[in-house]
Amino acid sequence: MADHLLEVRNLSVTFHTARGPVHAVRDVNWHLDRGEVLAILGESGSGKSVSASAIMDLIDCPPGEITSGRILFDGRDLLTMSREERRHINGKRIAMIFQDPLSHLNPVYTVGWQIEETMVIHGTSRQEARQTTVDLLRKVGIPDPEASVHKYPHQFSGGQRQRLMIAMALALRPDVLIADEPTTALDVTVQAQILALLEELQRETGMGLLIITHDLGVVAEVADRVVVMNAGEIVEAGEASEVYHNPKHPYTRKLIAAAPGQGEMSSGVEEGAPLLSLRNVSKRYGTFEALKGVSFDLMPGETVAVVGESGSGKSTTAKVLLRLEEASGGSAIYKGRDLFTLSPRELYEMRRDIQMVFQDPTQSLNPRMSVYALISEAWVIHPGIVERSRWRARVAELLEQVGLLPEHMYRYPHQFSGGQRQRIAIARALALEPQIIVCDEAVSALDVSIQAQVIALLDRLQDELGISFIFIAHDLPVVRDFADRVIVMQGGRIVEQGDVRQIFEAPREPYTQALLAASLDPDPEIQAERRARRLEAAE
Amino acid sequence: MRQFLARRAVASLVSLAFLVIAVFFLSRLTGDPTDLYLPVDASLEAREQFRQLHGLNDPLIVQFWHYLKDLAVLDFGESIRRARPALDVVLEAFQWTLALALSTMALVTVSAIVMGALAAFHVGGVFDRIATFFSLIGASAPDFWIAIVAIVVFSVQLGWLPTSGTGTPLHWVLPIAVLFIRPFGLILQVVRGSMITALGSAYVKTARAKGVAARPIIFVHALRNAMLPVITVIGDQLAGMLNGVVIVETVFGFPGIGKLMIDSILQRDFSVILASIIVTAMAIFIMNLLIDMAYAVLDPRIRY
Amino acid sequence: MVQTTPLREARSKGRLATTWSLLCADKFALAAAIILTIVVLCAVFGPMFLGEQASHQNLRGRNAPPFDLAKGWLYVLGGDQLGRPLLARIVVAAQNTMAIATGAVLASMTIGGTLGLIAGNSRGRAGQIIPRLADVIMSFPSLLLAVIVLYMLEPSVKNIIIVLAITRIPVYLRTTRAEILEIRERMFVQAAKVMGASEFRIVFRHMLPVILPTLITIATLDFAFVMLAESSLSFLGIGIQPPEITWGLMVSQGRPYLTTAWWLSFWPGLAIILATLSLNLLSNWMRVALDPQQRWRLEIGGRKNG
Repeated sequence: MADHLLEVRNLSVTFHTARGPVHAVRDVNWHLDRGEVLAILGESGSGKSVSASAIMDLIDCPPGEITSGRILFDGRDLLTMSREERRHINGKRIAMIFQDPLSHLNPVYTVGWQIEETMVIHGTSRQEARQTTVDLLRKVGIPDPEASVHKYPHQFSGGQRQRLMIAMALALRPDVLIADEPTTALDVTVQAQILALLEELQRETGMGLLIITHDLGVVAEVADRVVVMNAGEIVEAGEASEVYHNPKHPYTRKLIAAAPGQGEMSSGVEEGAPLLSLRNVSKRYGTFEALKGVSFDLMPGETVAVVGESGSGKSTTAKVLLRLEEASGGSAIYKGRDLFTLSPRELYEMRRDIQMVFQDPTQSLNPRMSVYALISEAWVIHPGIVERSRWRARVAELLEQVGLLPEHMYRYPHQFSGGQRQRIAIARALALEPQIIVCDEAVSALDVSIQAQVIALLDRLQDELGISFIFIAHDLPVVRDFADRVIVMQGGRIVEQGDVRQIFEAPREPYTQALLAASLDPDPEIQAERRARRLEAAE
Repeated sequence: MRQFLARRAVASLVSLAFLVIAVFFLSRLTGDPTDLYLPVDASLEAREQFRQLHGLNDPLIVQFWHYLKDLAVLDFGESIRRARPALDVVLEAFQWTLALALSTMALVTVSAIVMGALAAFHVGGVFDRIATFFSLIGASAPDFWIAIVAIVVFSVQLGWLPTSGTGTPLHWVLPIAVLFIRPFGLILQVVRGSMITALGSAYVKTARAKGVAARPIIFVHALRNAMLPVITVIGDQLAGMLNGVVIVETVFGFPGIGKLMIDSILQRDFSVILASIIVTAMAIFIMNLLIDMAYAVLDPRIRY
Repeated sequence: MVQTTPLREARSKGRLATTWSLLCADKFALAAAIILTIVVLCAVFGPMFLGEQASHQNLRGRNAPPFDLAKGWLYVLGGDQLGRPLLARIVVAAQNTMAIATGAVLASMTIGGTLGLIAGNSRGRAGQIIPRLADVIMSFPSLLLAVIVLYMLEPSVKNIIIVLAITRIPVYLRTTRAEILEIRERMFVQAAKVMGASEFRIVFRHMLPVILPTLITIATLDFAFVMLAESSLSFLGIGIQPPEITWGLMVSQGRPYLTTAWWLSFWPGLAIILATLSLNLLSNWMRVALDPQQRWRLEIGGRKNG
């Protein structure tokens, strides 16, 4: 029954760690045919990349151990082949590209050398390899390919580096290309370009493409079939649109329900006196202008989302507002005072009112402090909020408020999962009973299902406590269900701002339109429509 | 590049100036050479004449001025002890130290890199255990003790190797062996750590996915990336050696710069002390430049 | 279920017990700790009990060979060139050896650490000048400095401590500064700043606990280094002068008798090796034990895993 190009049968992989064996995948079955795009969908820790690592012989034994199964490629079992035989398949017949192309390219060799190497180790002459490399670079859309072969990886942009990886992988026209989260580290508009390039190359060469992703939108955009994984097991498999519209397994249903951008949009808060007004805020680093005249208002109880790609100045806005960096010009009026000109004493008072939740809770929580110490530190710094005798009770209360248990206060951050840590960070911000909380990419590092829970938590806190949020994100759908107003930034400037309905339903500026068009919808049908429209526009 | 060179040169000159001033005045605080070189019953005239001859009668600051004036025309003064130009005395001693340091470090570098790379490839394996053992010994063993135990065993008991001097290649075996231990253990540890990081890196994963074989992965893909911290430590160790390896020079009767420096302080031979400091500082400056160039050659992201 | 024991008490009691169990998990570290405890006990009580025997000359015991119990247990390691029992002398010499190393390490760690903290946190002139200070000290051949200073001043325990401390300051200064520069940008420091924490609080509550394990690990390693440096000075005859003794000086004093009585130099050298080896092993253990992310390696017990 060797009719599939690549077939994984009953694969189980165990990792022997100090804390005992971890069953990374259990009894996994899937197959890939020529000319087909298969997606493996899963959250972190689901084991979605493990079968790909097994195919590429990237699992180190120990600590990893393939306990059962077969991987049939063209009818031959890869797992019974010698190292040497597998080396001849890697790169030549099965190639792989990864997330974060910068660290996956060797920094000390030219990109030309690295692409040539793939061909040379599989028997092409140096001369021929050099010629082919230039053609490959041209094909994946690298400008000035003749000069580019002599450059080093750090001289390219993120999107270009992923194009280089693709060129390297496709050098020998492999039968199978495995792409592990190929667009996760990239901006949405770049992501759309890379996915389009992969689709185009796949159609052209007829190879089988395996995409490993956590993003329903990527599945909808490229996949013919999808395999959904959770906790090391396949929970569901089938045609991409069939799985999306008729999910059978509760986990798949939960995952689809958690995808951002499907809920009711806010109709905004009442107009009134703003709580905080930014006027003409600018920030320069030397000659580089990170912020150019940013102005917006925040109403009491309102959520303003600031959206933009990397380098748009959205995080700088947060830093300047919280005085982690000093603004170069402009003002931020809060309760009749300009935040930028406060004395140290006044600044200390202001800290109570404006709090921040950071992107990565692993880094924003001091690893050497217990949860109790982390939260109660707020009251050490600002005595008078809570009496010392009530600290323990109040910490317990806050933990319950963010959905944790009171006894968690004796633990340390590394004993929690990523989502739980972000809850601790939120509890810490709440300890000061602030008026405004600035969330800097507060959910970007979290899995989709956790993301939805944290946003629901923030939403609930806003209803209960009337807190205003400034919510910074790089992805539009994430803010759709949560924001009252949206500000779109690009290159340090506000491109467009308006109510959430207006931005999503009738964006005025081309950049906002482009952002919306590039962000992927989890529904394969909608995505297919968009793709058709895009192709039409291109012709 | 030129700007970088200029900045480095200025920084080194400032350090050197500090050093020369400090040593000039500090060394003169140790006492008057006259008491050391003339017999106790020497006449006052004889003492006066000695002082006059070596310019010791002027106020300190005037002596310093004279010294600087001579230095400007590359005159390093005269050794009181040896009645020869100080620079000649120093260069003669320095060439021995330089030869010893360079040959030892060449051996250390090659063996530590090979051994460290192998240890990193199989963490916990045989090579790794041997490497850990050597690192511990290197950091723990008192070199003077190793040196005298080695003399007892290899020279006195077994009679294989000469105890001191520089005459034949055999004379170099023990000094190099003793000098080898400490930097070898240290650099081995750095290579191992750096290689473990490099072998676990994402670009090595890419290379494996491309089908690159194990040996080029270690020695082509990983090693070049792992070399930067290693080069830093090699530079530090070599700089330390160029300042003299007093213990080894003393125990093995090796006429190097380290022993010369110590002796000239004890003999209040001021010109020789200052000349040795300036010569070693120049050598270290040149070596640091070579190290910086090695960085730039190894890593294209570094540009000066 | 809310715990009733006060938090702090429970934690401090737990910490001692945890340290002990972590130490037992690493046999080498345990042996090292035992050896160091013995050395410290010798250093503290040795001169009190054996001080007299160690300086008592006995012409019949000159260069007495080791392992001969006829002259009493103190001569088990043999006698020196003046017939003094080597064992007693090694025990007594532990005091000066340890005192110098302890003094130099504590002084350089405190001064270097403080300067590093200041340099790392100051964006002003201090942040630029202090690292230069380290460069200047580093460019000074350390042995040369020692010889000059000890030739000018008398080579007493105090002066040797000062000389060694000065040469080791750059190690702590540079490490602390580099760590602070890195930690300053970490998110939890920014989070504390957003809460309104004072500069003082950020340094002592958030930064210091993070770099302290690194400093202590380096200090342990440096303790071995300083011991070796002191021994080298004494060996060259510019360190401690007789009748005071250190292990390094004992090795030096035995050198003329190498061919006839090897044990004069051998035993004190072995004492140095045992102490420095123990310090190195203990430092390796600390690197793991003091890091919450690494500690599990010891917690899971003796099982070795790649």
